[in-house]
Formats: sequence, C-alpha cells, structure tokens
Amino acid sequence: MTKLEFEKPILELEGKIAELRNMGSHDSINIAEEISRMQSKAEKLLIQTYSKLTPQQKVQVARHQDRPHFVDYVRELIQDFTPLAGDRLYAEDFAMPGGLGRFRGISCVVLGQEKGSDTDSRIRHNFGMARPEGYRKAQRLMHMAQQFRLPVITLVDTAGAYPGVGAEERGQAEAIARSIEACLRIHVPIISTVIGEGGSGGAIAIATADLVYMLEHSIYSVISPEGCASILWRSAAHANDAAAALKLTAQDMLELKLIDGIIPEPIGGAHRKKQETIRNVGDRIEKALQRLMPWDDETLLRQRNQKFLSMGAAA
Amino acid sequence: MNWLTNFIRPKIRAITAQKETPDNLWQKCPSCEGMLFHRDLRENMNICYHCGYHMRVAMVDRLRALFDNGEFQEIQVPRTPHDPLKFRDRKRYADRLKESRAKTGRDDAIIVAQGLMGGVPVVVAGFDFDFMGGSMGAAVGEGIVTAAQVAARAGAALIAIPSSGGARMQEGAISLMQMPRTIAAVDMVKEAGLPYIVLLTDPTTGGVSASFAMIGDIHIAEPGCTIGFAGKRVIQETIREELPKGFQTAEYLLAHGMVDMVVPRKEQRETIIRILDLVFRKTKDSQGFGENGAAPGGNGRRNGKKKGRGGGIAALRRAANINKRSDKKVRAAARR
Ligand SMILES: [Zn+2]
Repeated sequence: MTKLEFEKPILELEGKIAELRNMGSHDSINIAEEISRMQSKAEKLLIQTYSKLTPQQKVQVARHQDRPHFVDYVRELIQDFTPLAGDRLYAEDFAMPGGLGRFRGISCVVLGQEKGSDTDSRIRHNFGMARPEGYRKAQRLMHMAQQFRLPVITLVDTAGAYPGVGAEERGQAEAIARSIEACLRIHVPIISTVIGEGGSGGAIAIATADLVYMLEHSIYSVISPEGCASILWRSAAHANDAAAALKLTAQDMLELKLIDGIIPEPIGGAHRKKQETIRNVGDRIEKALQRLMPWDDETLLRQRNQKFLSMGAAA
Repeated sequence: MNWLTNFIRPKIRAITAQKETPDNLWQKCPSCEGMLFHRDLRENMNICYHCGYHMRVAMVDRLRALFDNGEFQEIQVPRTPHDPLKFRDRKRYADRLKESRAKTGRDDAIIVAQGLMGGVPVVVAGFDFDFMGGSMGAAVGEGIVTAAQVAARAGAALIAIPSSGGARMQEGAISLMQMPRTIAAVDMVKEAGLPYIVLLTDPTTGGVSASFAMIGDIHIAEPGCTIGFAGKRVIQETIREELPKGFQTAEYLLAHGMVDMVVPRKEQRETIIRILDLVFRKTKDSQGFGENGAAPGGNGRRNGKKKGRGGGIAALRRAANINKRSDKKVRAAARR
C-alpha cells in the first residue's frame, strides 16, 4: 500500500496501537487504557487532517490505490451485472468496463473507468486511461440505453484519455467528442459520479450527465496539476501550486456550480472504509434516479443541454 | 476566384504594419528556409511562395478571403466573467488577458462573423491564435454558442475555424465544460438541418479537437496543420518511442479517416462554396435559401459573386439582433 505523507503521524499512532495490542498482556488495565487513549487520539488526528486537506493532498487521496474502484462499486451495487465488450469497430477497451445490470431493482447501463488494483490488473486496465475504443464503446452503450430506455450510471475515475500513437491514429479526439455528444443526445437519465480522478477530456466524455456528483475527496480537472505546473510554472515541482490554482476539489467544483452535489466519504477517506463509501454513492444515485425517472424525454434532454450550454455563460 | 479584391485591404494593412516593424521585412520559411519578403508573403496569404508551406494567417485576413467580396459583419459576443478562478501562476491570468487584449485588440480568442459565401448565408466562428494560443475558455465557448444560435435562427451554415492549443488552463474546469457546451451548441445547427463545416487549421488540439472541432458534418483541413488530441511531447514521454513521420498532420488525419479533405488555403473558399451550393440549392434552378422566394437562387455555378442575396444578409441581421426566440421559431426559421 502506498503511504500518504501527510498521514504519517496517524499511521505511526496506529502502528503503536497495533504493537501494544500484540503485547497482549491482558493482565494490565493500564495497557488497555493506553490503547483506548491512543485510539481516540488517532481518530481525532484523522478527523483534523481530513477536514483540512490541501488541494494537493486531495489529489493524492483521490489517486489512492486502496480507494474503491469501478469493479468494487459494481460488485456491491449492481446485481446481475452483465459486462458487454467491444466497440464493434476495433477492440475491447479494458480501461472502460461497462454493461447491463440492476441497481437497487432498476435495470440500467453502467459504465466507467477502472484503474486496476495491483500491477497485473493495472496493466490490463491500462491504468484507467481509455483509448478511442473505450469512448466508442461508451457511445455504443449509451445508444443501447436509449434503445432499451434504461438509465445510465457512470463512474468516473481516470487520469485522462491515453496519450499514445495508436490512440491518435484511431481518432482519440473524435471518439471523446462523439461520446460527449452521445451523452447530450440520449433521452434517458444519466447520472455521473466522480469516484476518484476526473481527468480532463477522458472524464467529461462520460460525465456530461443530468446530475453529476463528486466524492468528498475526489478531484475534477482540465489538466493534471503536474502537467499544468510543468507548462505554466515550467516545473512539475509546483504541482501543489497548480492544484490550488486549478480549483479542482469537489468543494471548489460545487462552488463554481459545475457539479450538482458532493457525496461524503467516511472519516479518513474512502480508502479506509470502502463499503461505507460505496453505500453513500449508491444512496445518492438512488435519490438522483428517483428525481430523474419521472421526467419526460424532452424535459430531460432540454435541461441537460441547457445546463451545459450555460456553463461559463455571460450573465 | 479573384484574390485581388480580397486582398486590397490586407495589402493596406500590410503597408501600415511595415512602418511598425521595419526589422521584419524579410523572414525565413520554417519549412524550406527560403527568404520571404513580408509584403509578398502577405499577398500570398502567408503561404511560402517557394515551397507552398502554409504559415498561420490572421483570422481577419482569413475571413476577408472567405466571404464574398471580402465583406463580413462581426457579431458581438456577450462578455463572460473574466478570470473566474482568480488564477495565478508565475503571472496573473488577469494580466495575461490584459496583455493579449492589448496585443490583439480583441476581447478574447474568438471572432464571430456573418456574411455570404457564394451568396449563401454563413456564420463563421474563427479563432485568433495570437490570443493566448487560441485557448478555449468561457469567452470562446460563448463565441461558439453565439455563432451557432445566429446560424440556426437565420438558416445559415456554420463554419468553425479552430486554431487552438486546447482548453484554457487558467479557467480550470470551466474551460473543460466548454467541451460539452460547444458540442451542445453546434448540435443546434445540426438539429436545424443546416450544415456545420469545420475548417481545421494549425493547430487543432486538446479540448478543442475533442469537442466541436471533430464533429462537423464535413471536415476540411489545411495542408500540414497539426491536428490531434494529446500533445506530441506527452505522447513521447508516455511511449518513449519515436513518433511516426507526419504524425498528427492534416495528411495523417486524412489517411486515417478523420478529415474529408486537405485543401490548400487558396482553394478553401471555392471548395466551401461548392459544398454550400450543393447543400442549399438542391436543384439546379432552386430558389435556394432566400425567404419567400425573395432571393433569386443561383444556378449552381461555383462563383457566387453574381448571385442574389435578398434573404441572406437580412435574415442574418435579424437573427443576430433577436436573442430570445423560442426553439420552435428557431427551427421554423432554420427550415426556410
Ligand atoms: Zn518554404
């Protein structure tokens, strides 16, 4: 597991607690007391730390490898998940899993980016960076949702679209643009949640939704803070300055009215309590669906287009 | 096509520019390294007269060359909030904006213009690369939205001419949101059954290529221009291999099915007019786009100079002035 630098004092404390426990001398009331004292201290520290994470720390939390990923959400929230593969043009893209399933009783199309959780799966999923095939498959699934009149649930977690020769050759830009266009044109509800990293065009390609949520410590950005720093500050070492300037936290995004809500994470971040995080996301998606399902096609379409047409508009 | 008429005014401008920049009378072609005299270069639309290399050209000059008789009317783009994030890197974004405004005399990186091409009403949304690399923030998004609205209302064709490195980082996720925003905008034109043409020029990359620029009905690219999503350096750092020759050029995109044609600058007007003629005048003696038959339609000849323009400009003017009309009316206007 990668350790977050700013979590060090907490992790040290947790280590000491574990040590004390291992001593296991049940005869000593003092040790039990010491453990409980240290536990409450650790808890307090955790709350303190996570209530005032800097933007750059949020970037680290959002990228934490132990955060629940697409596959975890699907496992917990989707019954009868039936993965569907391929863009019918060239290939399957394992960075963009998706398919049919049942979310709390409702049939739906689910899709999103999967980063993988160990070396093998990370390579298999290309670290969550989709190629044109992924975005064309997303279009295919959205059109399928339209055909069967099923709502679409997307889970966003990507550093961005994959920058490679093949990807460019096969029209990465066009694939992303068309995926956004598909989002804007289908007559069924789309709900998107940024569960980790909302990286640029690769994210918006599947997040042009009726309702867009972000997990409390997730990020959404036009460019990675490292990329931004290397261009504007001429040094990636300024990533923390860039992270702050870009206003990429969920809280910033809500304030800028670019998203519709923030889903709370457990104390100490999603990577500490996966189940609770996933449940929170599920609850919010359920509420969103209840809100959107009664809308007629035209209202849904008009509102969605109007929402994005007004982003950054003149007053 | 008569280029002389189109270049009378640029010529005058070139002469004035000469006084301001006496040091730059000659410049080297970046491709063949041949020496180019600035006035000759300008008259040749910034195309190297030794090797045909297309250099960037000011959007205003481009517009003069595209529209009938070099005449067009600029449409005011409503002002969007400036510097919404109070962004600051080594420099304040507010200062960068000020500098770019002083340098270009424009509010932002987009020009929206209306006029006729071959007698057909056209709205153009063109980028000014000199304004922060043509990057797309809220103001550019507003320009595309304005252009699309005017085109849809007037029953005009929409032509986008991107020249942009992509999203404007200094506007954070607001610039990212211009991707769906501009797509929703150009879709209004498509919904109205009107042609949306993209003339891809150097460069068309990042968030601009991955949004409105890649979903045209027809894609025309300028020779040698860079078109792509990811930057070359980013790709190279990722794959750690040499990039193929001609990677991300117009010709490369043509070979890979992403653009319809690569058309030299001097043939672009003619090509677009031919397309518009085919789309707007469905029969040879068609009344065309004119309102209530007021405009005598052309007879399908490519040179549109002598064609009637009864409905065209008038419809455009009305559309630009009327901002609040219902969607139904927009569609009705578009169907005419
Ligand atoms: Zn040359």
